[in-house]
Amino acid sequence: MPSILKRQTIREGEKDFVNEVIEQGSKIFPKDDMATLRACIQCGTCTGSCPSGRRTAWRIRQIFLKTLTGQRKDALAAEDLWNCTTCYTCQERCPRKVKTTDIVRALRNLSVREGYLRQDHAKVCQLVFKHGHAVPINDDVKAVRKRLGLSEVPPTVHQYLEALKEVIDLLDATGFRSLVERKE
Amino acid sequence: MRDYAYFLGCITPNRYPGIEVATKRSLKEFEINLLDVNGASCCPAPGVFGSFDLWTWLVVAARNIVIAEEMNADITTTCNGCYATLQEANYLLKNSANLKNRVNESLAKIGKQYRGSLEVKHVIELLSDQVGFERVEKNVKRPLRGIKAAAHYGCHFLKPSETRMHGSAERPTVLDNLVRSLGAESVDYRDKGLCCGAGGGVRSANLEVALDMTAEKLDNMIEAGADCLVTPCAFCHLQLDRGQVELNEKYGRRYQMPVVFMTQLMGLALGMDARELGLYDNAIPTESLLKKIP
Repeated sequence: MPSILKRQTIREGEKDFVNEVIEQGSKIFPKDDMATLRACIQCGTCTGSCPSGRRTAWRIRQIFLKTLTGQRKDALAAEDLWNCTTCYTCQERCPRKVKTTDIVRALRNLSVREGYLRQDHAKVCQLVFKHGHAVPINDDVKAVRKRLGLSEVPPTVHQYLEALKEVIDLLDATGFRSLVERKE
Repeated sequence: MRDYAYFLGCITPNRYPGIEVATKRSLKEFEINLLDVNGASCCPAPGVFGSFDLWTWLVVAARNIVIAEEMNADITTTCNGCYATLQEANYLLKNSANLKNRVNESLAKIGKQYRGSLEVKHVIELLSDQVGFERVEKNVKRPLRGIKAAAHYGCHFLKPSETRMHGSAERPTVLDNLVRSLGAESVDYRDKGLCCGAGGGVRSANLEVALDMTAEKLDNMIEAGADCLVTPCAFCHLQLDRGQVELNEKYGRRYQMPVVFMTQLMGLALGMDARELGLYDNAIPTESLLKKIP
């Protein structure tokens, strides 16, 4: 297996991928923060700090290398991209002040757009579409709430159905439902 | 009496209502009144929905903030995830007029408008900054002498430090000081800053990875002789409590570490009844801890 660290690789890769990631993140975050991606020197402080990397094949330095060298499909299809717990240890420690964790979220956004949303994550989305909560109430907890002197159903969208409708309307309006429900 | 809008999120009201009761009652002792945020939804979770679509994450977070703005109260939370989402969304929107305008275009569809008129504060911040360790100590009726507590900070309370603005996240002290102000000992343990394992959608999609991190965390606390672990976050709380049951059932472990939320531990020291604080409603029993309290 030849090293992917050849000059040639960058020429063959999708040069626009770095820009695509920066643009995606810049929909929310300041563009200068997302552009820190270019400052990565592959020192590995991130991977050395990563609690997930100690036990899985997730290597945050590698995903940055793939991004910088335009390995778009490799980066977005990587299952290990979803082993980051977003603990921010790497972002805190990066000596180049790369917004590593926020860039991982931008990469994941692109990954979802490519159709790589995990089944389990799609289920969590369905819970929010239905209940407005990722972890909805159940009968056991209702009983505990009552015993503790709380309202059986909390004063959230669980209790206010017109508020639930507002949330569902927003999820439709942002295109979120069509994004996560679309079939490849 | 000072009012705060208590943003409940999902896990606190729907899995650990004891946290809700303990927080309301403990803060009331210090003249802080927690108001319901009627019609609030999932925050939405920063590492889950933020990972799927940051734009949707921001718009739904802004709606939750607006409800509190309409109440003219600053927000407080008992979940690092909710705190991360609302604090970060508020920070981003306050710092970008363009972003604020775009979000308000979306919110106009449901007749709402984000103004940027409030602050989002973690409940631990209220206890350390509004109340203060000394005042907590003075109010303790039943000092937790001899109790060894392992403080777990979680990630999103302190990080990213540039946005959260609580100083360095490498050597935090606030939870340890709160534990000490109740008369208990805060034990040091290896890799104290380690994540609980649940965040970023890892619990929902890669449970075994999340549990492996939880196990390492628990092993380090046990090695340090902890009688209980203390959390500031409902999601970490769930992962560390239910995670033990999952580790015991799936992997034959024998974890029995009581998991207590910071305001539950405080409630005990303020003289409240363990049952009323929901301490008998955890997945892992807390009796071994409760028996040791003088």
